[in-house]
Amino acid sequence: MKQALSNPVLIKEIKLRFRSMKSFTGIIFYLLAMCVFVFGFIMLTTSFTGTGYFRPEESFFMFTMLTYIQLGLILFITPGLTAGAISTEREKQTLNILLTTAQTSFQIITGKLTSSIAFLLLLLVAGLPIYSLVFLFGGVSPGQLGIIFLFFFLTMLAVGGIGIMYSTIIRKTIVAMIATYGTMIFLAGVTGFIYLVITGMNTMATGSLATSPAPIAHFFASINPVVLILTLIMPTQSDDFITQTTNIDFPIWAGYTIFYIFITVCSILIAVKKLRVNMKKMR
Amino acid sequence: MIEIKGLTKKYGSFYALNDLNLTLQEGTVFGFVGANGAGKSTTFSILATLLQPTAGDAFINGKSVKKDAHEVRKLIGYMPDFFGVYDQLKANEYLDFYGASYGISEAEREILIPQLLDLVNLTHKRYEYVDLLSRGMKQRLCLARSLIHDPKVLILDEPASGLDPRARVEMRDILKQLKGMGKTILISSHILPELAEMCDEIGVIDGGKLIAHGSVAEIQSQLAGERIITVKIKGLLENASTFFEEDPFVSKVEMNDEKNSITFKYRGSEEDQIELLKKALDHSLRIISFSEAETDLEDVFMEITKGAK
Repeated sequence: MKQALSNPVLIKEIKLRFRSMKSFTGIIFYLLAMCVFVFGFIMLTTSFTGTGYFRPEESFFMFTMLTYIQLGLILFITPGLTAGAISTEREKQTLNILLTTAQTSFQIITGKLTSSIAFLLLLLVAGLPIYSLVFLFGGVSPGQLGIIFLFFFLTMLAVGGIGIMYSTIIRKTIVAMIATYGTMIFLAGVTGFIYLVITGMNTMATGSLATSPAPIAHFFASINPVVLILTLIMPTQSDDFITQTTNIDFPIWAGYTIFYIFITVCSILIAVKKLRVNMKKMR
Repeated sequence: MIEIKGLTKKYGSFYALNDLNLTLQEGTVFGFVGANGAGKSTTFSILATLLQPTAGDAFINGKSVKKDAHEVRKLIGYMPDFFGVYDQLKANEYLDFYGASYGISEAEREILIPQLLDLVNLTHKRYEYVDLLSRGMKQRLCLARSLIHDPKVLILDEPASGLDPRARVEMRDILKQLKGMGKTILISSHILPELAEMCDEIGVIDGGKLIAHGSVAEIQSQLAGERIITVKIKGLLENASTFFEEDPFVSKVEMNDEKNSITFKYRGSEEDQIELLKKALDHSLRIISFSEAETDLEDVFMEITKGAK
């Protein structure tokens, strides 16, 4: 752990990030947006009902909305933080010097990834006091919040890994960003659409919910972060729905965990392999 | 210390480097001269483990750049021709980051960094942001950075390019100090006279091929081949001109009536030159002076590279 934290790239990146005004303004605007949403929601709800009460089911709805906002934030900000990690060094002509140091490619890549993840974690932690307001009104357990944050972390890691990988293999930052955002759109949007299309077609063909297993539909549902969050917030209803539409009784969170750990490991390995030229390769 | 064996780099059918062979002893200051695109930076990039050669290999202190790249990185200090710096990082932090990148402990870095800043005359700038330094200062800081892990070999790709005359002189002085420390230094430039003063050996590269290698004097005499000789005469120039034209090693004889002198190109050895002077005196030529003109290194370089093309 101590060795991981003494990674020179990580220390340098954190130093540079927190000397930039962009980071502070980013955190301020993020917290302001959260405050406006939460307090606005509470105000509107209490005003509309005219009772002055904020019921647990309303608190639960606010929690759901906040969770999706946080997910959107992760999917939107992580590529921005990671897709330029290596390519910006290349464009600024600092990469060659970095590559001639004694640091291993793994150290450089993990240093870059960890610094980006650390900043995102700070954003999430900074928003926790606002998030925790839901506990005042009930409807959500701390354990549920903890599990959701664990999956946020896994998603950040995977998206960050993908961003770093594109940043390493693509020379231009702008192209790497487009590729990373494209992948995000695929994972968060297209996979859900494919799931709906497949299950919809099955339903139309048989006239009822799935009678035979639909592994492809289940797979696409499993790798979709929007579906995952839904199954974490409303486990009974959403798990039942997915089991009925795909006829496969395998927890979505398990499929998601396996897939995103695999993606993270593959992305980091590719980035590590491609960062430096392979001097040993025979031509 | 450095051994380059048949190093070749091809891009499609274009040879950026073609069968380069070179051996340098420890402590040598080697100047690599060539026009833009001649292959200097390609060679240095391969030595710095940034570029994979198509064929051949290079060894630094017996370590292959292909097989022991990680070990080679610890032995070299590399300064590229173009480099950037990090924004929002101060000069001492810049060195601290690279020191940590080479695994140097914090305690050692605290001692080393002031010494390095002093070496490159940047002590007064240690708390300045690197991106706000002048180009010359950035070059010197980058040089200090390449020295942070006390490498045996320094690979400096055009370290003085783009610098004003004062900054060039400062850079040259620092390099002389490094030479005094016994470092093996490879330094490239497209300006031969710039290197002549500080280098023990010079290699001229053109079209990816090493076309000349040796000391500055050797290169001048071996490859330029011809020396320019001026003879000041008392009396008729025509007689003297006819006499010199008859010598087999003499060419392009020109008379200067105003200065009463004859200038010609001479290809013979130093012994032949002595014989020529003796003969001229025996021939009753009234010679006031017989002198060899200083060969302009720029002209030598132009002559060598023209021949290679």
